[in-house]
This record gives sequence, C-alpha cells and structure tokens, in this order.
Amino acid sequence: MTPALPNQPAVSARNLRKRFGHLEVLKGLSLDAHEGDVISILGASGSGKSTLLRCINLLEIPDEGEVVVAGETIALSTGRGGRREPVDRAQVDRIRMQLAMVFQNFNLWSHMTVIENVIEAPVHVQKRPRADAIEEALALLDKVGIADKRNSYPAHLSGGQQQRAAIARALAMHPRVMLFDEPTSALDPELVGEVLRVMRTLAAEGRTMLVVTHELGFAREVSNRVIFLNQGVIEEEGPPADLFAAPKTERLRQFLRSHLRA
Amino acid sequence: MIDYVDLMGFGPKGWGWLMLQAALMTIAVSGTAFALGSALGALIAWARIEGNRLLRIAADAYTTVLRGIPDLLVIFLLYFGGSEALTALAHALGAKGFVGVNAFTAGAIAVGIISGAYQSEIFRGAYQAIARGELEAARAVGMPRWLLFRRIIVPQALRFAIPGLGNVWQLALKESALISVVGLTEILRQAQVGAGSTRQPFAFFITAAALYLVLSTLSGWGFQRAEAVGMRGVRRS
Amino acid sequence: MDFDFLRQTLLLLVAGVPLLLQLAFFSIAAGAALAVLLALMRLSGNPMLDHAARSYVFVFRGTPLLVQIFLIYYGLGQFPEIRQSFAWPFLREPYWCALLALTLNTAAYSSEIIRGGILSVPFGQIEAARACGMSRSLIFRRITVPQGLRVALPAYGNEIILMTRSTALASVITLMEVTGIASKIISETFRAVEVFICAGAIYLILNFAISRAIALLERRLSPQTREPAAPANVPEPAR
Repeated sequence: MTPALPNQPAVSARNLRKRFGHLEVLKGLSLDAHEGDVISILGASGSGKSTLLRCINLLEIPDEGEVVVAGETIALSTGRGGRREPVDRAQVDRIRMQLAMVFQNFNLWSHMTVIENVIEAPVHVQKRPRADAIEEALALLDKVGIADKRNSYPAHLSGGQQQRAAIARALAMHPRVMLFDEPTSALDPELVGEVLRVMRTLAAEGRTMLVVTHELGFAREVSNRVIFLNQGVIEEEGPPADLFAAPKTERLRQFLRSHLRA
Repeated sequence: MIDYVDLMGFGPKGWGWLMLQAALMTIAVSGTAFALGSALGALIAWARIEGNRLLRIAADAYTTVLRGIPDLLVIFLLYFGGSEALTALAHALGAKGFVGVNAFTAGAIAVGIISGAYQSEIFRGAYQAIARGELEAARAVGMPRWLLFRRIIVPQALRFAIPGLGNVWQLALKESALISVVGLTEILRQAQVGAGSTRQPFAFFITAAALYLVLSTLSGWGFQRAEAVGMRGVRRS
Repeated sequence: MDFDFLRQTLLLLVAGVPLLLQLAFFSIAAGAALAVLLALMRLSGNPMLDHAARSYVFVFRGTPLLVQIFLIYYGLGQFPEIRQSFAWPFLREPYWCALLALTLNTAAYSSEIIRGGILSVPFGQIEAARACGMSRSLIFRRITVPQGLRVALPAYGNEIILMTRSTALASVITLMEVTGIASKIISETFRAVEVFICAGAIYLILNFAISRAIALLERRLSPQTREPAAPANVPEPAR
C-alpha cells in the first residue's frame, strides 16, 4: 500500500449529497481524515451518520460530491436514468481493500468458521499466501481475545465475540482506514465493554479510525476529533474537549443532555 | 393460422365445442377429486394431531406412500384393480361377464386419494399455525371441545390453509390429465382424439396446454381473492 | 398371496430400473443447469430477461407434464422443418423426447428453488463481502453459492423425488421403464393389485434411498447447525 503523502489526508469526502427518494440525507458534507486520526461521528438517528460512512466505501453512491482515498479519486459517472455509477468496478474493489468496515450487525459469513472469516479477504481478494494469512489471523484473534473460538461458527458465539471476530477480519486486510458503523449498538450492555476495549487498543496504536457511535465515553476519551451531524450537515466539529465541555449550538447541547443522562 | 381458427372454432368442422366440453370434464373430475381429498386430508391430519401412536403411524405411512409412488400407478390400480374387484364381487353374487369401473370414478378416487395425502400436510401445518394462546383463551372460558373445534380451530385453520390448498388444487388439475390414459374424455384425451382424426397433433396439444393455463390462472386468481378475504384482520409480519 | 407371482413380477419390473434412473438422472442434471440460467435471468435486473424467464416458468408449471411430453413427441413431428433437421433422429425417439420434456419441466420448478436459495443469503453478509473489495463473481462463488445451496437443498431434494416419480409418464409413450413394464403385465394378467404392490415397493425403496442421501448431504454441508465445537487449544502464538 503506497504511504500517503505527509499532508495528504488518508481519506477525504468532498461535498457529498445523497438523496433517498424525496429525502435528502446528506446535504453537501465534507470531511478529511488524516493518518492517525480517530474521528467520532455523533448525531441523532436520521442525521446521516451511517450514510456518510457508507458513501466513503461506496456501499452507497453519493448523488453529488466525491470520495478521495490516499489521493486517488473514485471515478463516478452519471449513467442511464440519472443514476451515478462507478466508472471502474476494479478501482472500487481495489480501494475497498484499503478501507475496512465493521458493521453494526457484525455480518460474519455464517457458513465459515471464525478463522476462515478472517482469512477470506486476505487470501481471495488480496491474494496473499494462505499460510501467512492463517498465521496472522491467529495473532489477530489472540489480540482481540477470542483465539480459543477460532474453529467455531459465528452462530455459536455471543454478540461481543462476533463483533471482535469482525474487527479481526477487518484488521486482517491491513487497512489504511477503519470504518466503524455503530459497532456496539446491537450488543447487550454487558458485552459493549469488551468491544470498546479492543477499539481503544487500536486507537492507541495510531490507526486511522472513523467511528459512528452513541458511546459518548469513547468519543470523549479516545477520539482526537468529534463531528456532530445534524440533518445532513456538520453542525459542530473539533477536539472532544471543546465539543463536550463547551458545545456551541443548542442542538448539540440538547443531544448531549439526552444522551449523557441515559 | 386461419386453419387453426377453423380447426378449433365452433363452426361445422370445428372442434371448439368438444374441447370446451372436455374442459368441463376436467373441472368436474378435478373438483370431485379435490373434495374427496379434502375429506381424507382432514381425517388424516386429525389422526396425526390427535391420534394414538398406531393411528399416527398409519397416517404417516399413508402420506409417505402416496407421495412417493407415481400417480399413474394409483390410477391403474383403481381402474384395473377396481374392475378386477368388482368383477370378482359380481361373480360371487352369481352374475356373469365383466364389470368395469368407469374411468371418471376410478380417476377421481385415485387423484382424490393422492390429493388427500398432500392436503393432510396443509391442514396439519395450518392447525399448528393457530396461536396456542387463542385456544387456551377459549378453554379458559369453558368452551366445550366440539364448539372449540367448530368456532375457533376450523375457521382459523382454513384461512391459513388457503395458499397451500391453492397449490394442491393446481396439482389436481394437472393430475387429471393422467386420467386420459384410462380413457376419460377430458382435455388431453379429447386433444388426442382430435389429433388422431385430423393429423394435426401440434394444434390440438397446444390448445390443450392453453386450456390448462387458462384454468390454472383463473384458479390462481380465485385463490388469491379467497386469501385476501380470509386474511382480513391478520397483521402481516 | 401368490408369492411366486410377486417374485416373478419383481424380477421383471427391476429390469426397468436402469432406464428409470437414466431418465431421472440426466433430466435432473440438465434441468439443473437450465434452472441456474433461468434463475440468473430472473435476478439479472434486465426486464426482458426477467420476463422471458418468468413466462417460461409460468408455462411449464401451469401445464401437465403429460401434455408437454405429447407436444414434443407427437406435436413436433408434424412439421417438415423438424423432420428434415439434424435433430430429427433424436426427436423421433421416445427416449429423447421424454428426456427433453422431463428436463424442460424440472428446470421450471428448480429455477424457483435456486432463486429462493440465492435470495436467502442475508444481505449484510453480501455487504461485508463488498466492503472487503470482493468482486461480484467472487461474492457469488464464495458467499452466495455455499449458503444458497444449503437453503435450497431440502426443497431440491423434494424436487428430485418428484422427478423420479414423474419418469413414470414416459411409459405413456412406450418407454419400458418400471411403470411401462407394470402396465404391460397388468394388461396381460389382469392382476393389478399384486403388480401395484411390487411396482410401488420399487419406487418407495428408491425414494427412501434418495431421501437418506439428501439428508446426509444436508448434515454434511451445515456444520454450523451441529453441536458447537469444543474451544480449540490455544498454542503459544509466535510473538
């Protein structure tokens, strides 16, 4: 993976607009993430947080605007019926290899064991040798704390264990940027901690992470930048100390009040 | 194309009337078979739900056997075997000669027995789909068993059964074509007669196919309407 | 019960089993290939392909198999174009006509089963595969097919059993598989009940064998529904 130039953002979204039917969910949103940034994306439901993340790895295609990964712009064109599509599927696949996503519902492949899940992309997409992939997978599973479950199927794991397996799967791809889409929202409260612990370790290692989350503790203590989205635009943005201690807008104040009480 | 219209039309050389009459025969024999199958199916379903071990084994055997052997064999059994049995009976009573079962009866009973096996599965599934809580509520107000069956179980089971029954009806319609092999003048047999007489097998069999498609489509609509009526008040997941 | 007769009949009927198996096996195999094509046509997103596949399925599921057999065996021979074509040596033989009819018929039913299997794969798992940079064909091969197969297997097993039953209709166009031999014996000896018992037994045994095989395959392909594995021993990872 070519290292990004020093001042070039690892990933950059510019003027993203996205409509679902008549509803405009993203209204011209821009975001830069530099290497080592841990950015927490907060907002009420419907504010566009997940859509923003999913536009970055093109699981959703923005109607306007562009996404740039390590200086490479993903080429989009307007196809038939006014719908935008990627010009080069291979480019999209290649760029996705540098962005790893951890989903709210884990999305482990249910017909494969945990370790098979972890080595699937390295072996079949990145074409790395199987033995190397297995060796690394074992180390990663140990790192997230589920090495003893490596031959189990996802159906036999708890939610927290599945999510940690999903994180190991994402790490196995050696991503430039990790995208977390509400990683703990589907977990029972007592399992949230184990996943957050892993995420803190990753942040401490200097990984570039974009995290959509409701976990304000994580946002305040681990991220170096917080973005507050409201109805498709960035309402406030800055270091956590600023946003949490001195919110400038009433919306953010309301948001913090309702979330911190719970 | 003009030839086809002449052939199948209702004019002097046209076979249209005969084909339509054959279609009525198809509906008649399928309908009879289906009705028989419903009665049998309900009985077998009851045996599998409420019966003792012996009944359940018998019912299981019935459904397994009848869904596993070719329908044609069952038709042969009832037509030839039935005639065999009737003739033996007649001889025992002193009559002479050969007594045959007519094709309609043999065919309807055969398709009916097979249909019963499928319908029992449908009824059993429909019964199991009724919320246990509703049955408990009825018992809790002291409803006697027969009333419970009539007022709660039957209406509910019927409406869950409608989609499955629609399928089984289509099966019966198509199986009726096999009865042509023992001579019943339904759609396929009439088409064969016409084909032999005019040496135009393609036209006749295409018409037969079209008639079956029409019957099956109309039936499909009918069952969809029945399902809509039956599912009033049920919240779809 | 005339055991001698039963034994003789069984021996005569068993001679028809190879033909039955041939008809069943080849029509199911060819039908499966055609079914995959039809399923992909319906899932392609192209309205013309979708419509064509849907019409095919509608016609072949809405008409009796026997009508389809007659159309191919008796109907096609009416046209001089067909009689002079390269296909005629095949299409005049009842064996090939039966095989063709059975294939076209099972393809219609099987395509719906396969389509159901493909659609059953949870969308989130497809998204996770896309997020890793998997190409569409890779996703189909590694995620959709393995999982879709497991979902489709019970219904497909049912279809296989139905097809073995349906081979009996080939007897109507003179093929001497089990039912053909049975009807000949009945017309000669008038002993329908005993012949029925023998023929029925043969079909039931075949069905039993097939269901067992499918159940075994199902169990082998779905280890995730078996008992959870004991936690693996954790060897010292190389640090």
